[in-house]
Amino acid sequence: MNIPADLKYVDTHEWLRLEGEIATIGITEFAQEQLGDITFVELPAVGTHLSAQQSMGAVESVKAASDLYSPVSGIVLEINTALESSPELVNNEPYTGGWMIRVKCTTPPQGLLSAGEYAKLL
Amino acid sequence: MKTIFAQSSSGRKGVIPAKPERTAEDMLPKYLLRRTPPRMPQVSELDVVRHFTALSRKNYNIDNNFYPLGSCTMKYNPKFMEYAASLPGFALMHPLLAQQPGGESMTQGSLEVIHETERLLAEVTGMAAFSLQPMAGAQGELTGALLIAAYHKHKGNKKSKIICPDSAHGTNPATAALAGYEVINIASKDGVLDPQILGNALDDSVAALMMTCPNTLGLFEKHLPELVEKLRASDALLYYDGANFNAIMGRMRVGDVGFDVVHLNLHKTMGTPHGGGGPGSGPVGVSERLVPFLPGPCVYKKTDGSFALQDNLPLSIGRVTPFYGHFGVFIKALAYMLRLGGHGLARASDFAVLNANYMRKRLERVLEIPYNEICMHEFVASASAYETHGVKALDIAKALLERGYHAPTVYFPLIIKECLMFEPTETENKATLDKFCDDLIEILEQAEKNPENLRAAPVNLPVRRLDETKAAREMVLVDEV
Amino acid sequence: MPFVPHTPEETQEMLACIGVDSLDNLFACIPAGMRPKHFNLPDGLSEYESCSRLEDMAGRNKHPSISFMGGGFYDHSIPKAVDALSGRGEFLTAYTPYQAEAAQGTLQAIFEYQTVVTRLMGMDVANASVYDAGSALFEAAMMAARATGRTRFVLDEGVNPLYRSMLNTLTANLSMKILTIKRDKTGLPDLNALNGAIDGQTAAVMVQNPTFFGNVLDYTDLFQQAKTVGALSVLCVYPVMQAVLKTPGEMRADIAVADGQSVGQPLNFGGPYLGMMACSKALIRQLPGRIAGRTVDLEGKTGYVLTLQAREQHIRRAKATSNICSNQALCALRSLIHISLLGPEGLIKTAERSLELSRYAEAKLCALPGVTRLNNAPFGNELALRLPGPAKDFYASLAREGIIAGTLPGHWYEGEENTLLVACTEKNTESQIDRFAAALKMRIKP
Repeated sequence: MNIPADLKYVDTHEWLRLEGEIATIGITEFAQEQLGDITFVELPAVGTHLSAQQSMGAVESVKAASDLYSPVSGIVLEINTALESSPELVNNEPYTGGWMIRVKCTTPPQGLLSAGEYAKLL
Repeated sequence: MKTIFAQSSSGRKGVIPAKPERTAEDMLPKYLLRRTPPRMPQVSELDVVRHFTALSRKNYNIDNNFYPLGSCTMKYNPKFMEYAASLPGFALMHPLLAQQPGGESMTQGSLEVIHETERLLAEVTGMAAFSLQPMAGAQGELTGALLIAAYHKHKGNKKSKIICPDSAHGTNPATAALAGYEVINIASKDGVLDPQILGNALDDSVAALMMTCPNTLGLFEKHLPELVEKLRASDALLYYDGANFNAIMGRMRVGDVGFDVVHLNLHKTMGTPHGGGGPGSGPVGVSERLVPFLPGPCVYKKTDGSFALQDNLPLSIGRVTPFYGHFGVFIKALAYMLRLGGHGLARASDFAVLNANYMRKRLERVLEIPYNEICMHEFVASASAYETHGVKALDIAKALLERGYHAPTVYFPLIIKECLMFEPTETENKATLDKFCDDLIEILEQAEKNPENLRAAPVNLPVRRLDETKAAREMVLVDEV
Repeated sequence: MPFVPHTPEETQEMLACIGVDSLDNLFACIPAGMRPKHFNLPDGLSEYESCSRLEDMAGRNKHPSISFMGGGFYDHSIPKAVDALSGRGEFLTAYTPYQAEAAQGTLQAIFEYQTVVTRLMGMDVANASVYDAGSALFEAAMMAARATGRTRFVLDEGVNPLYRSMLNTLTANLSMKILTIKRDKTGLPDLNALNGAIDGQTAAVMVQNPTFFGNVLDYTDLFQQAKTVGALSVLCVYPVMQAVLKTPGEMRADIAVADGQSVGQPLNFGGPYLGMMACSKALIRQLPGRIAGRTVDLEGKTGYVLTLQAREQHIRRAKATSNICSNQALCALRSLIHISLLGPEGLIKTAERSLELSRYAEAKLCALPGVTRLNNAPFGNELALRLPGPAKDFYASLAREGIIAGTLPGHWYEGEENTLLVACTEKNTESQIDRFAAALKMRIKP
């Protein structure tokens, strides 16, 4: 199971990459595997104010749907529009091409897990 | 197979029902008309007959196949019921006629059908009154949830939550949410609801508990009296999902044991056909305290024996259907109840339970049965032991299709891993059950010896396994021919 | 015992296998205190007796010799092949097509039905049906609320009062505000008032064509106005008339709904019918209920499946787009077969003959003293007339002669006590209209 050491995680299976106050967010390899072939990704609009642990969208596969939870509080700066036509990127490249949103954090993120801590949950 | 659109030839005529002398352009201004005629198939009547006959042959159905689909009660649909529903005296009646001046006297027969069906359903369930208006089970649930909301509102109660067990049918939480309630899920214990767990979830904000009995594991809810007591104490109502009613006719009446609202699926319990997914009929029954809130209008019997409509119902939740629900469906249920009588209905449940238990015993050596005790009309098994061979419940389902059986329900209830849910119904004979069990046992032997055969199944149906991911990603939902 | 095939010997063998000694003991888990207090149902009847009972009841209905009833439910002719094909056990006794390999017949039929609905309405996509037009209107409102995040609705009074009443019932426990816009004095939609009522809080504007009073309109401008403030447009139509009338798509509606009764369903005293629902592609994930999609099997052969199921209750549970499970599959099949048999020409001729007869009725009835049209706007196959006195008195008197004069809107609309709606279909004739006009004339006091 690929759990990159340079990322942070939450127990709802989202990952985030923190660069200053900008967080890039996606779902983990474990999460995409559990869902199976992803057919649709619903993301918040740019400019949406998110609070940590709040639902920010959903991912759908043929036989399942799962809510996405924001690991941080902040404002959505950008969404990955490539997922509209190619949701399979979440399956194929969960940590790179399958990223979902970029958020400007309004408060410092809390309660994040390291790769090692997240690995223990699985 | 070609679609009907792909068979179209410009200029070929089918059935032309009328010969007007004027055209639409003669009669209406052009800006109100569509620019081009609708692109419908141009085919002959014989083309249509061949096309749909060929399509029909690609379906599994009760008339051809054993259909032990758990929670769906796929029993035989007696043919005489179709005759009853097609009587012109009923089928030609306009839905608004009874409410027009002089209309009641012209619709006495249809009003009697409604009154009699509601009366019989009330007696079967022990409820104070019934309304045939909800058009399917899920609409019966929604009507029930609205009745619950109206009751609490009338009493001045502030209630915002409905509790659903984790084993509930998906429609229960979906209905509660659609009716504006917050849904609280609770876990079962040893396969049934636990009074302690319910107690922990109960507070003044709970409007109702939605449950079914026997539950979706096929188990009777043995703590029911305690559950009723706890709910009563906090003025929460008890809702009965009638999807599993085929288990208990004549053995328990939900009204007698404290349920306040019940919906029945006539297309399950009362043998009306499912039609490839509908139409159903989901009448709702209520206890005395909810009668004033029933949807309107309602049919009552006057002292002179004639039937009339009452629409002046100040506490009614209002209208849930254009007139009175699926008349063309519930008349079949009336035909069924008249034919079987009380004794026949009770025997139907007895033999539904007998068949389920017989299958359970015959399969207990090859499938794990998580709650291997006397079940009601259905039981659940888990195929997780076959996962070591790379065989999933879905593969077993497909292998059954290959042998001419409809598959059991798979992956429901969600609380059992690799779940297979069997409901044979009472109308199947022992030989059918034995052959099915023999074939399933053989399939499970194959699962160990040649698992790839199961993973490749079915090979002898009109199509092999279909790419559902492609369907969902590409969304080709209409024909472009 | 009807429909229970067990011989006594088989029953004993099965009980022995289970390890209980009687059927009663299968129910030992039900405590004594929970047994039925009574179960006073009649004794069972033979098949012949059951049928006789129902034939007797059917005989107690009296059928009018002539009827002009409509009000959203129309008696159009149905080719006999519709009954013959939809009545095949292979369609009739199948379940929802969850096992796609064993349900290609039903699935392809749904796919073809969706195609028919989108072509009739000029929309992008359609679902496999909901219960009726009223529930379709409710589902359309829920779609609009989810898509816009708004909860206010502008609803025209020209939408069938039964559907509006269903919408009010079904949304009673939700935080939705439905603003009903009163018709103008002549029974027409008040387009200025509708326009004025739409604002940045509006989830959708909901109108009907033809209206309940039979008038045909073009709502293009109204829908454009809605679009500019981010509201959706919902249009309720009549499938038969849709063969000739401007489509919801041409008017740029976002969601179109209709009752499919008029294409292939007998009147049946209120059901089963079907609610047709179509929408723009942008709203596809808000659409409730089942949807069939085309795909391929693992050998590349074309096939059909239920798709986008993650919207539905059996997967999404409390977060589903709707609670709908059973729909009107067999009725949708009937509509598909009906429309396939008629083809474009049969559909258009049906609509035109209905229009033609309603114009004949206009000429005959408006020639009577004191009978006028409610308004002079264009109308479809249903004609709103003002009578010289309470319409219900004329109605009751004509009914005694076996003539059902139409529908009385006064039942639902204040101030329409003298109004009568007269609907014609291709099943009516000029001579019926002549008889009706003569009978009405005798009842009008000079």
